[in-house]
Amino acid sequence: MAKELEEKKEVTIVFAGDSGDGIQLTGTQFTNTNALFGNDISTFPNYPAEIRAPQGTVAGVSGFQLQFGSIEISTPGDTCDVLVAMNAAAFKVNFASLKKHGTVIVNTDGFSARNLKLAGYESNPLEDHTLDDYRTIQIDVTKMTRSALVDSGMGKKEIDRSRNMFVLGFLYYMYNRNLKGTEEFIKQKFAGKPELIDANIRVLKAGYNFGDTSEIFTSRYNVKAAQLKKGKYRNIMGNQATALGLIAASQKSGLDLFYGSYPITPASDILHELARHKNFGVKTFQAEDEIAAVCSVIGASFGGKLGVTASSGPGIALKGEALGLGMILELPMVVINVQRGGPSTGLPTKTEQADLLQAAYGRNGEAPIPIVAAKSPSDCFDAAYEACKIAIEHMTPVLFLSDGYIANGSEPWKFPQSNKLKEIKPKAAKKEGDYLPYKRDENLVRDWAIPGQKGLEHRIGGLEKEAETGNVSYDPQNHEEMVRVRAEKVAKISNSVPDASIDFGPEKGDLLVLGWGSTFGVIKTAVKDLNEEGLAVSHLHLRNLLPFPNKLAEVLQNFKKVIIPEMNNGQLLSMIRDEFLIDAKGINKIQGVPFSTQEIKAAIKENIATL
Amino acid sequence: MSEVKEITEKLKPKDFSTDQDVRWCPGCGDYSILKQVQSVMPDLGHKKEDIVFISGIGCSSRFPYYMETYGMHSIHGRATAIASGLKISRPELSVWIVTGDGDALSIGGNHLIHLIRRNLDVNILLFNNEIYGLTKGQYSPTSPEGKITKSTPMGSVDHPFNPLKLCLGADSTFIARTMDRDPKHQREVLHKGSQHVGTSMIEIYQNCNVFNDGAFEVFTDKSTKAEETLFLEQDEPLIFGKEADKGIWLDGSQPKVVSLADVSKNDLWVHNENDKFKAQLLTTFFDNPAEPEHLPRPFGVFYSEDRYRYEDAVEDQIKEAIDKKGKGNLDEILSGKNVWTVD
Ligand code: SF4
Repeated sequence: MAKELEEKKEVTIVFAGDSGDGIQLTGTQFTNTNALFGNDISTFPNYPAEIRAPQGTVAGVSGFQLQFGSIEISTPGDTCDVLVAMNAAAFKVNFASLKKHGTVIVNTDGFSARNLKLAGYESNPLEDHTLDDYRTIQIDVTKMTRSALVDSGMGKKEIDRSRNMFVLGFLYYMYNRNLKGTEEFIKQKFAGKPELIDANIRVLKAGYNFGDTSEIFTSRYNVKAAQLKKGKYRNIMGNQATALGLIAASQKSGLDLFYGSYPITPASDILHELARHKNFGVKTFQAEDEIAAVCSVIGASFGGKLGVTASSGPGIALKGEALGLGMILELPMVVINVQRGGPSTGLPTKTEQADLLQAAYGRNGEAPIPIVAAKSPSDCFDAAYEACKIAIEHMTPVLFLSDGYIANGSEPWKFPQSNKLKEIKPKAAKKEGDYLPYKRDENLVRDWAIPGQKGLEHRIGGLEKEAETGNVSYDPQNHEEMVRVRAEKVAKISNSVPDASIDFGPEKGDLLVLGWGSTFGVIKTAVKDLNEEGLAVSHLHLRNLLPFPNKLAEVLQNFKKVIIPEMNNGQLLSMIRDEFLIDAKGINKIQGVPFSTQEIKAAIKENIATL
Repeated sequence: MSEVKEITEKLKPKDFSTDQDVRWCPGCGDYSILKQVQSVMPDLGHKKEDIVFISGIGCSSRFPYYMETYGMHSIHGRATAIASGLKISRPELSVWIVTGDGDALSIGGNHLIHLIRRNLDVNILLFNNEIYGLTKGQYSPTSPEGKITKSTPMGSVDHPFNPLKLCLGADSTFIARTMDRDPKHQREVLHKGSQHVGTSMIEIYQNCNVFNDGAFEVFTDKSTKAEETLFLEQDEPLIFGKEADKGIWLDGSQPKVVSLADVSKNDLWVHNENDKFKAQLLTTFFDNPAEPEHLPRPFGVFYSEDRYRYEDAVEDQIKEAIDKKGKGNLDEILSGKNVWTVD
């Protein structure tokens, strides 16, 4: 039955269900298909901390939000056009984010009396007046899936596991996408298990055909390919991009990658990704604890390799002492913090930007370590690459900050060609002549001699060292000199990174929105929208947070007011006030979820109004 | 091998000493250990530039500063973890860990057992002086119960570790014990440890003459040594005593001290360093020498076993991955499999 195609510029969908419902997989497949089709896209997975929280409860709801469009997309969307809810709890958790007159697709089987009770509903929202202003599509997905596989010989439990494919197929029909990509995926995922391949594809098609044959739609939707910059694209998740950035830096610097880490949410996927690429000479070491992880990296780095470790806030806290050692040894290494909600164990599966001060100040003694932060999933590649470049060329540990939001989010990535990547030149010690381990060049960087180099045998350690020779020294003047020279070395890194400049909006004006990390997309969207509405507001994004880029003071002075949105209680705010003595204002959200564009817009408007 | 020999033959023990003043207290057992390590170095078949000494924190951990090799004096308890990263990434190096009872068994206990179970090919020199020396005299995890120290004025209520038993419990592939006061034995054990392929754990009884003087005197002093110690030799019966007149006889699985006048040499326990069960028993020869009826304290190589080295398995997987997928191509992984073009 031919149905009309209605054009949409952008669509936001939330898939939600029990954590065992395959929601993340469904969302990822829908994302990949649309990305391959050519949409711009941004995703936000949101899952519970418990691996298997009680079924059907609000605590067990797993969600996957994505926005895709034919226009530029920088955020996963504030509110959704379509909510797919596999049960009552999933509906309850996500209903508030549904736009007025939006569409709800529900699996009616997930709204049984028991489900309603588990979700804490007194009356069934599908039957009372909750959904009066919405378009509701009710499907008994469980029943449809079971009847699609009635002669498969599979058990009920097994059959029910492919329910998500029915929903996916249905949405492919609704948004006029073909099933090819997902069919390929199913074939790979269940390679060697033909009965599962067959079952999943059958259910996927059943969902698609259900859309086609049922009288649900008067029209289908079409979201055209986006007008992205020319080039080749792929879809990528943040942690994956981080891993690729590390491999690229290893290849370009000629240093084998040694990755020592201890499992922790949400950083473990970097380890998983790297462990798949041993054919790049990558050595991954799952250490016995966080401290061993960072220490193994110091050992590898002393041995002349590119040493990298990753963790999240609690693990970084454990690594603190070793970071100080890496700093005083002046060995190159990269320490990744995929931030999550804190303090302590905090909100392991939720996002936050609350480890900036820990990164900047969280060590004993005077121990500055450069900080580089990624702004989006694909930017994790560039930021990780830059972190490695700074570490290797300036002989220092570097902290690379990502967070749960961009680590698990995904977007299209105009990936680079390897020959276009910047060179990375290790500071290798010369073979001839006397080697002084702490003799410095014009950037105050020392030479790196590694075991195996004849005649360059030397000892380094965590005790204060004499300038140049590196011999243990308790001399008071020497200590002060060394503290200053190490700080100055780090400060000089600002000469090797781009100067601060406005990302969007007028160069001078009333209000500057200063951001860092994963708030980039939402600030960008808000600032653009408001400029279109006629407000003069500018956006400056910081990638280098220690040292700050050059010219930042000048840029800040060009604005009457500076506001700093952060998913914390005002950390960059403190650093900016401290360094530039300006009365910047913080816009803070500490809820474990990213800002919405609306929230940023409202904050900007409010601050303009009170200028 | 001949090339290596040629180079190492030219080296002398003094080629391994640095220009740094050695700063241990006069009379400290560490001096003897430094001297023995420097004297065996030329015979071990490694080029000087391929040798790395890594230490943690404590008196013993100053050691790397005095060795003319590559070295790192790191942070408390972590030498084992740092050495792990170094050895995994550079399997060809000869890596030595210098640590103490506090460094290895207290703050660094976790890394120690994990290094041992992985069996990285490194040598651990555990300077056991049963005290915290650098922090000026607190009891350590090897101090005996009741030990009076600054932090235990009424005596320690901690039950001590038996280090070699702990290591064997972590599936150590080489455990040995020696003492600072017996240079010749030390050199033999160091040599054997360095030849072992895998983690060699060498416990060295080291006298801290400032804070715990005489802790091992019964084992090291001429007047008592022969009666209180049992020197292990491969394939030799366990015999000890001033007159070499006592032996260890196994009554089922129960070791007993017997007089050679009563039991024939041929019936004694014969040392076999490849026998794990017997090695386990030997580690339990840990009696307080003040107790009557105690067993002598063994010295020498307790146990030695061939097991794959972690770093080799890591290298093998890399080779296997390259064989299967070919050497990594950066552009291929940057693009991935699902690419679209915008023109
Ligand atoms: S305190 Fe004890 S162990 Fe430390 S150097 Fe002095 S004697 Fe040696």
